[in-house]
Amino acid sequence: MADALHWVGGGLVAIGAIWSIMGAVGVLRFPDVYTRIHAASLTDTGGATLMLLGMAFLAEPGIVTLKLFFVWAFVMLTTPTASNALASAAYSSGHRPRIGNFEFMRGNDSPEAATKGESRP
Amino acid sequence: MLVAAGVAGLVVAMALMIVRAIVGPSHYDRILAANSIGTKTVLLIALIGFLFGRPAFLDVALVYALINFVATIALMKFFRYRTLASPLTAAPEKEHKNG
Amino acid sequence: MTTPFLDANFALNVALLLMLLAIALAVVRTRSLLAAILLMGVYSFVVAAWLMVMDAADVAFTEAVVGAGISTIVLLGAILLTHGEVVRVNWRLQVVPAILVLVVGGVLIYAAGGLPNFGDPASPANSHVGRIYLETTYGDIGAPNVVTAVLASYRGFDTLGETTVIFAACVGVALMLGFGPRVDTAPTVDVMGDHHVVLRVISKMLIPLIVLFALYVQFHGDLGAGGGFQAGVIMAVAVILHAMIFGLGETTKAFRPGVMRSISAFGVVLYTGVGIVCLVNGGGFLDYDFLFTPQVEAMIPPGLLGDPDKPHHWGQHFGILFIELGVLLTVASTMVSIFYGFAGRTIEAIKAERGS
Repeated sequence: MADALHWVGGGLVAIGAIWSIMGAVGVLRFPDVYTRIHAASLTDTGGATLMLLGMAFLAEPGIVTLKLFFVWAFVMLTTPTASNALASAAYSSGHRPRIGNFEFMRGNDSPEAATKGESRP
Repeated sequence: MLVAAGVAGLVVAMALMIVRAIVGPSHYDRILAANSIGTKTVLLIALIGFLFGRPAFLDVALVYALINFVATIALMKFFRYRTLASPLTAAPEKEHKNG
Repeated sequence: MTTPFLDANFALNVALLLMLLAIALAVVRTRSLLAAILLMGVYSFVVAAWLMVMDAADVAFTEAVVGAGISTIVLLGAILLTHGEVVRVNWRLQVVPAILVLVVGGVLIYAAGGLPNFGDPASPANSHVGRIYLETTYGDIGAPNVVTAVLASYRGFDTLGETTVIFAACVGVALMLGFGPRVDTAPTVDVMGDHHVVLRVISKMLIPLIVLFALYVQFHGDLGAGGGFQAGVIMAVAVILHAMIFGLGETTKAFRPGVMRSISAFGVVLYTGVGIVCLVNGGGFLDYDFLFTPQVEAMIPPGLLGDPDKPHHWGQHFGILFIELGVLLTVASTMVSIFYGFAGRTIEAIKAERGS
């Protein structure tokens, strides 16, 4: 039983590491800030979840599991928030996405108008 | 063994992110890479703790998660607005009036 | 030294050190000071990960909170007062410093050959003073974390000196960058209608958690990694996060600059006071075994901390507690004061001051 848990935990950690590498390749290869933010934040949260879950399997149940939960909660709170703030700052400073269909944005291309329109319904 | 593979994978991912942090091209790319390196460091420290049988390292991982967030916000705010002192958002009641 | 695990450990060390080298070269090459600060933050993260590999948890802790956190923010504040770009210097002026750096580096690399192996039990550091500390700390002081015991008790006088240096930094920044009122009159920069609503809500949730975690680090210091210094910086980071999200004006209403500077002095006074109480009770300066007179010590219930049958070193316990509290107060308020000093001063503010 303990051996099975060990393999499950180790497997989750290894898969999490593969996710992180995939995210890093995405950050390196994608063409603009937004796609890079997308790659980094998704794989950071996903990879962190897998790895911390794997470590929870590896650890004895108790205070360590609780601490792993806190680390997970912090990462899940802060990484998406930082990505969101970064993306909105990049957008309002005039960066425009390079790929995708952005016809609907043509009407209000000034940064101020665009962000105001989004944040004040 | 699998945990060691996890450590190796994280180190490779950090190295790739460092390339992005160095080449840029915009400051937002650099902040993004720095934030991502921070998250990977958190995981790396937790894993090293397990590898060495020292789960007390998780305290340090928690501090990293915190500091990483605050440093990212500081860099973002500075690069975008060239200030650290101004509030990032208007006060809620003002928002209400304007909206 | 040839087991697979040690080889993997060696590979990990080499990989992290190569990353550090790459980042350091990039910091030297870049012209933008902002990019240099960011890369130095990344450097701190990697260096701290490497310190964890070397099993130096307390140092990695400090590197994380100071190198990646506070110094990034303070350096950003310093850039507010500069151009933000490196000015190209005549290369002739750089010849002498370059030779000096190469010579010192060469000497250090040459000397590294004479160092004992990492973790060698026969090395001088591990066989004399270090071994005595490791053998006697638990019996003398009862703190499981030897680093805290050495810093707070055996070398308490050194730590008092360090705390005083931090207080001196607070005074120095206050003298250079100005006292309170200038902070309040700092010009507010238009944030161009951006509404970081998510950031605001999440920060509101995080700030109490950060303070709570700082207290955990503070009181957990004699059991695991951490202590007053790290806890103080974490607490200051909570205040700085508040200032960045809600504005310096709001923060200075809650944590007044004058009060912060007073607390900074009070921390040093508390630390010194503990030492003087020990002196009055017949011990040496900062000799915590004499912190309580026997009458007071008899009043402490035996079951206050842990096992009632086990003998406790109450003086050592409370002495470390008090001086760590002093360190916490000084460090936290000094970091906040320094942040106020840098963030409250901008080029516009200086120009307005000189114009009037």
